[in-house]
Amino acid sequence: MSERILSVLVEDKPGVLARVALTISRRGFNINSLSVGPTNIEGRSKMTIVTELESVEQVKKQLNKLVNVIKIVELDPDNNIESEVLLMKVSINKETQTSVIEKASLSGAKSVDVGQDYAIFELTGTSKELIKFEKLLKPYGIIEMIRGGRIAIQTKL
Amino acid sequence: MNKQEVSGGEALMLSLQEEAVDLVFGYPGGASLHIYDALFQQQAVQHVLVRHEQGAVHAADGYARATGKPGVIFVTSGPGATNAITGLATAFMDSTPVVVISSQVKSHLIGTDSFQETDMIGVSRPVVKHSYLVKKPEEIPKVVKEAFHVATTGRPGPVVIDIPKDLTDASYNFKFSYPKEIDIRSYKPVDEGHSGQIKKAVKALLRSKRPIIYSGGGVIQGNASEELTKLVRLLNFPVTNTLMGLGAYPGTDPLFVGMLGMHGTYEANMAMHNSDLILAVGARFDDRITNSPDLFALDAKKIHIDVDPASLSKIIAVDIPIVGSAKTCLSQLIEELEKEKYEIDKDSLEPWWDQINNWKKEHGLDHNLVDKAPPKGKILPQQVVQSLYRETKGDAFITSDVGQHQMFAAQYYHFDKPRRWINSGGLGTMGFGLPAAIGVQLAHPGSVVACITGEGSIQMCIQELSTCLQYGLPLKIININNQSLGMVKQWQDMQYGGRLSESTYQGSLPDFIALTESFGHVGMKVEKYEDLQKSMEECFKMTDKLVFMDIYVDPDEHVYPMLEAGKSMQDMWLDKDKKTWE
Repeated sequence: MSERILSVLVEDKPGVLARVALTISRRGFNINSLSVGPTNIEGRSKMTIVTELESVEQVKKQLNKLVNVIKIVELDPDNNIESEVLLMKVSINKETQTSVIEKASLSGAKSVDVGQDYAIFELTGTSKELIKFEKLLKPYGIIEMIRGGRIAIQTKL
Repeated sequence: MNKQEVSGGEALMLSLQEEAVDLVFGYPGGASLHIYDALFQQQAVQHVLVRHEQGAVHAADGYARATGKPGVIFVTSGPGATNAITGLATAFMDSTPVVVISSQVKSHLIGTDSFQETDMIGVSRPVVKHSYLVKKPEEIPKVVKEAFHVATTGRPGPVVIDIPKDLTDASYNFKFSYPKEIDIRSYKPVDEGHSGQIKKAVKALLRSKRPIIYSGGGVIQGNASEELTKLVRLLNFPVTNTLMGLGAYPGTDPLFVGMLGMHGTYEANMAMHNSDLILAVGARFDDRITNSPDLFALDAKKIHIDVDPASLSKIIAVDIPIVGSAKTCLSQLIEELEKEKYEIDKDSLEPWWDQINNWKKEHGLDHNLVDKAPPKGKILPQQVVQSLYRETKGDAFITSDVGQHQMFAAQYYHFDKPRRWINSGGLGTMGFGLPAAIGVQLAHPGSVVACITGEGSIQMCIQELSTCLQYGLPLKIININNQSLGMVKQWQDMQYGGRLSESTYQGSLPDFIALTESFGHVGMKVEKYEDLQKSMEECFKMTDKLVFMDIYVDPDEHVYPMLEAGKSMQDMWLDKDKKTWE
């Protein structure tokens, strides 16, 4: 099964997230990633839903039936810009400190906080880049890691 | 009226009046006291006090199905709200317009696990078309307007409005004004079918050699029976109705081949399976119709008209999908046909009709069973329905519960008009029949309303007999008593080696006559075939009384035909030993 990305424009009303999530989950599909945030239009939010769907058509139709859903676009995997944010707290000591920070910085991550025995990095990129970054720092001991939901936008008009 | 200062409770009542609501079904409680006080102080909206909230929703649902107008329900918070859930799910599955106005605990108590609190919006979410939690009293008119619009348009469905108690308090007043128009950007049901698709459909219809028209509940909900009847007669095509669609096309018309599906007629199922073209209107290729989807009508080109785009190609891939209301799309088809100076392929249609009539002759239903004494001496359930049909001259409103009696009613009572056959087809809710009949009788006070039920189903909402007395409803309850949960027993007989696990009552059935009498009604017990017709006459002579006929029937009777699971529509059991395959 391949990943499908749905970009769903909704009215910014209470309960919309629950309705959308329920519509997908009641058909037995998992949501791999989901992010919600405001758009440039007041009262409208955008949800980016990454899911592994066999029949995305049916789910799109069901989502379209929700009164608060305005528009659904399935993003073409070859024609979109995708981004995701990661925050990672890594364990460091005097010996590893330099190499950890160096590796992170070469990966494009920002050091947002460095303490005596830990460092926190922030990285924005595609899911692949984030996974690569995680593998890179894993040997040093990841204390905590959070990934935000993926967001995506189509490259053509 | 639009300028007075009103409370939230009064605003709700005024809003309902604006929606032309004259009847509400409900049950009061702590959180809905303000609303009930506002109800008390006006006359336009009447209220029917049920005995259980499930009954309120079914009654409103019955009212909606019989009239086409939305049914309205008041329930209180907590258990009042959760008791309404089965009713909501029933309405949701059959796409009927009901609006449940549930009261909620006071705003500041929401989320604190306060007395009689439940998250109604959360609990009801999977079984409603939409729902609203009202935040301010001033929102009430707009929310009501939107709720009625959503419930009644497109593919209709139930809507919940949850109102915290403090919002309806008489101590806070505001200026009432009811919105004239409603515009929901994200909700625009399509009415008209795409003209290109209509043209394609007409071409396919005229080209077909073995066509069949398969129509469902959407034709009834969409008030499109007239258009369907006209189209069928123009084309001279065979037509079949789903369980939910009975009455959309006259049941006694020669072009009608009976109900299709799980317990459909032999000729309807055979015609579907062997057709080369299926025109589906307001039907959804439900699993009780198609049997195995991968073996479903393999030679047929499929045209599907539905107001809900999500119904198209959901289960069966469709060749010509048409999104739009049944009424408009059927009118478009008729218009296009007439414009084309169409010619039907008579040379092909004639042998197709011969074939269908042969099927009917071979294994069609026997509609005169009631004329013959039953072989085992015990009344057959089919005979009860036939006797009822004759006695009411086919002109009664029939509600039904769920099980064997429901299937016998669908098979043997011919419905010539839409909105006459009211049953829970989608969810299959036992207990639906009696409260639904209450709603139907209130909608049509002078008409004959009968509830075909069984001794299992009737006990699920039997308390509503008390409601019937309060409002003087002369229902006729036809209890087909086979002393067992008949449909469960049938499956256990057929597939579980006759092991009747928990499907009999071990002699514990109540005395239904004494029970009915204790509720203030008339009870009649019928045990002999010789008494059936006479008792039926006697029952319907009592036009001003509720009569409960407890009719003992053969407990071993099964419903046939019956589709064999995992096979196609032509694979049916025709009786206990006869099957169409192998």
